[in-house]
Amino acid sequence: MTIHAQAGALIDWSWIEQNAGQIWDRTIEHLTLTGISVALGLVISVGLAIVALRWRWSFSPITWTTGFLYTIPSLALFAFLVPLVGLNEVNAVIALTSYTLLILVRNIVAGIDGVPAAVLEAADGMGYTRRARFWRMEVPLALPAIVAGVRIASVTTVGLVTITAILGLGGYGFFILRGLNTLFFTQMIVGVVLSVILATLLDFAFILAERTLSPWARSSQ
Amino acid sequence: MSGWESFIEFVTNPATWSGPGSFWIRIFEHVWVSVAATIIGFVLVFPVALWLGHIRRGSRAATVVVNIGRAVPSFGILAIAVLAFVELGISILSPWPILVALIALAAPPIFTNTIVGIQSVPPAMIEAARGMGLRETEVLRQIELPLALPLILEGTRIAFVQVIATATLGAIAAWGGLGRYIIDGFAQRDSGQLVFGALVVGALAILAELLFSRIQKAVTPQGLKLAG
Repeated sequence: MTIHAQAGALIDWSWIEQNAGQIWDRTIEHLTLTGISVALGLVISVGLAIVALRWRWSFSPITWTTGFLYTIPSLALFAFLVPLVGLNEVNAVIALTSYTLLILVRNIVAGIDGVPAAVLEAADGMGYTRRARFWRMEVPLALPAIVAGVRIASVTTVGLVTITAILGLGGYGFFILRGLNTLFFTQMIVGVVLSVILATLLDFAFILAERTLSPWARSSQ
Repeated sequence: MSGWESFIEFVTNPATWSGPGSFWIRIFEHVWVSVAATIIGFVLVFPVALWLGHIRRGSRAATVVVNIGRAVPSFGILAIAVLAFVELGISILSPWPILVALIALAAPPIFTNTIVGIQSVPPAMIEAARGMGLRETEVLRQIELPLALPLILEGTRIAFVQVIATATLGAIAAWGGLGRYIIDGFAQRDSGQLVFGALVVGALAILAELLFSRIQKAVTPQGLKLAG
């Protein structure tokens, strides 16, 4: 039987102190990869959702395609993209973005569909054009559903960024991979814990943003 | 050498298809560990979730579990499992770390969907069943379980597909499975092997999804098909 080290030795706090600079750099990397991918995913998804809402028949092939992308394991997608774009940020962003599409498109379409018909009629009656009605009535009212999608997409992306460590990136995933390869517990757990904290903070940030953006919803809750 | 040429070379290499590291052994490792993890995960959480759903408790637990499951990276769960087993003196070449990590991944969607499925059965229906003299076990077996079946199966499908995908990461931790091609492809800068790995892993995940959807449709009673 092995005698386990005293409490405190499981985590090597001095390593964390010595590597604070690197931890900060990886934080920036993690946030950048997540931010770019979710933002890009949102832009593409809004486009796809507009297409799906305008031409109803296209909704099913759009969900099918984004669902197909979503099902492909991330490691496989990174690997597949290597001969096409190389081992770099572009590879990571393409793969990460493709995973956000299914969730975002589904939530945007569901949100817009959930806008009461009476509201649309009122907007029409007030002389709104179709475009003005969409951006000034439907999108704001669909905001809770859209933000819910962005929250899920962001939290999922934070987790997936760790796997980009295999491409030499990874954000906090760099520490997980290093810790795993060197069997160094502290480094690995720092990667895991910080990744969970980042995901949670982002989630809360979006809840706050939603409250600020949709003041009318506050009183009804 | 172009990526395409090295891919052809890898596929036509007899060593890919026979011997100790053949495709057949890799896919067998990948599938058995995934199926085992999903079944064990199901057995561990399903009874608890069923009971919590029946006594109409645990909706908060269901939400918390799904949120935690999403926030903790699967790569992190795998790494923790591997180091925990190393600490216990068990070889990282054994399938245990990946199996335990995959069980931890399979459990949340099954847990949450079972609770939500049971709780979404209209209370009036349960009242009616009780009023007709059904015992609690009968209410559970004859009313709640069949009505919750589509959501329970949906949760199991999500779990299984996620497990198949994450089993790929086992190769990072020295385990075999189809992820070996991708990890070795990266390590050896062998784009042929890398693309081969990507294609077989992608195909297996899609196949698992389609197969499970088929099973889901087959075992769901006609009147209970999920809309859409």
